[in-house]
Amino acid sequence: MTESSSPGNYALCEISFTVNGEVRTVRTHPMERLLDTLRHQLGLTGAKEGCGEGECGSCSVLLNGALVNSCLVPVLQAKGADIVTIEGLAGGAQLDRLQEAFLKCGGAQCGICTPGMILAAHHLLRRKPNPTIEEIREGLSGNLCRCTGYIQIFEAVEDAVRRRAAS
Amino acid sequence: MRSNPTDYQLVAPASLQAAISLLAAEPGGWLPIAGGTDVMVQYAAGKLPARRLVSIWNLPELRRIETLPDEIQIGAGCTYTDLREHASVQREFSLLARAAAWTGGIANQNRGTLGGNIVNASPAADSLPALLVYEAELILASVRGERRVPYKNFHTGYKKTKLAPDELIRTICLTRRFSGHLAHARKVGARNAQAISKVCIAALGRCAAGAVEDIRIAVGSVAPVPIRLTKTERLVTGKPIEASLIALARETAIAEIQPIDDIRSTAKYRSAVMGNLVAEFLQKLGAHESQI
Repeated sequence: MTESSSPGNYALCEISFTVNGEVRTVRTHPMERLLDTLRHQLGLTGAKEGCGEGECGSCSVLLNGALVNSCLVPVLQAKGADIVTIEGLAGGAQLDRLQEAFLKCGGAQCGICTPGMILAAHHLLRRKPNPTIEEIREGLSGNLCRCTGYIQIFEAVEDAVRRRAAS
Repeated sequence: MRSNPTDYQLVAPASLQAAISLLAAEPGGWLPIAGGTDVMVQYAAGKLPARRLVSIWNLPELRRIETLPDEIQIGAGCTYTDLREHASVQREFSLLARAAAWTGGIANQNRGTLGGNIVNASPAADSLPALLVYEAELILASVRGERRVPYKNFHTGYKKTKLAPDELIRTICLTRRFSGHLAHARKVGARNAQAISKVCIAALGRCAAGAVEDIRIAVGSVAPVPIRLTKTERLVTGKPIEASLIALARETAIAEIQPIDDIRSTAKYRSAVMGNLVAEFLQKLGAHESQI
């Protein structure tokens, strides 16, 4: 336990941001991790807690378009930001092309890394619509998977690229 | 044990001036936090001694890169992504762009800042050997004014710097005089991304008339702070690159580092690899020279 002499002595604050296109306001402590706000206050449990120290990428979200580890973001730093979580990627019942490709190629097994993998791939494809395999590997290198051995994941990203080109 | 957010205060001033005013009111009372890639890790582990934090993330004064005639001025709040994508940094300071590209993964590169890497003062920090070879200078800001100091004297020991409690790093300045040098960087870690280096090197060299005219070699993870291999540099300066010189440079380099055994590697491995990295750079410089 932390050794503060007077725990809980700092005030709550009100923070607003946009999550998946919707303006949300939370009342919370400014040092709460964005990951916890998303999961516990907003019920968005797509972002997962893996390592809790920015190594595994399973808590990845997009913050103003940038891929970030939400376990390392104090929620106050998300004030006014535009946040996209995995829940915001699909259009209703229609899955995103990357989500479909992960299903088709076996890119998801236990599923813990999958939301982060898909957001990292989405972030990559917005910057590099036709990535090389090296660029795919680099773009996903901050997201760890203990099931697939990564090959099906890379194939899923390549499949999504091909299907976008064909559509 | 995880920290409880109710035990922590975090404020986010809107300007650099407001942030340094807060630091000045209670020097040492506030811990600056930028992208959180180091501070939030300590926080999550329940190991963050500071209880009051001031966010300097995305302050506009700290998020600029300016290319002046003589130097490039990088705001301390620029991220690794900002650095690796900036055309002048890529072209003229490729060692820094490469270090930025192999720090962490993409998500950490989007949040980790150059100023944070300097202040965190880890001996394994990826960007710091590049700052040593480019002879970077730092502009430090406080309400008392600004001062400009060389980076090489700034980092005084393991996790220690000369930053005063009321100061922030505002800008990192790099002189634009190295575009004629051969640049060489290597990081040796457990994997390419998300790994902290076992050993890393950043080096610049230039030959003239068949001999080494100017050489700068900096290394990380082999001493309490990142260091220049000044003895090795002196040894090779003015000499043609030959096998006997490379062998001697390898020994000299190994003699001037102080590697340790830790969770990432052993002193023995680090010494052997450091010798190889120095030899590899000299071979590359020699081959480069013979092509001119």
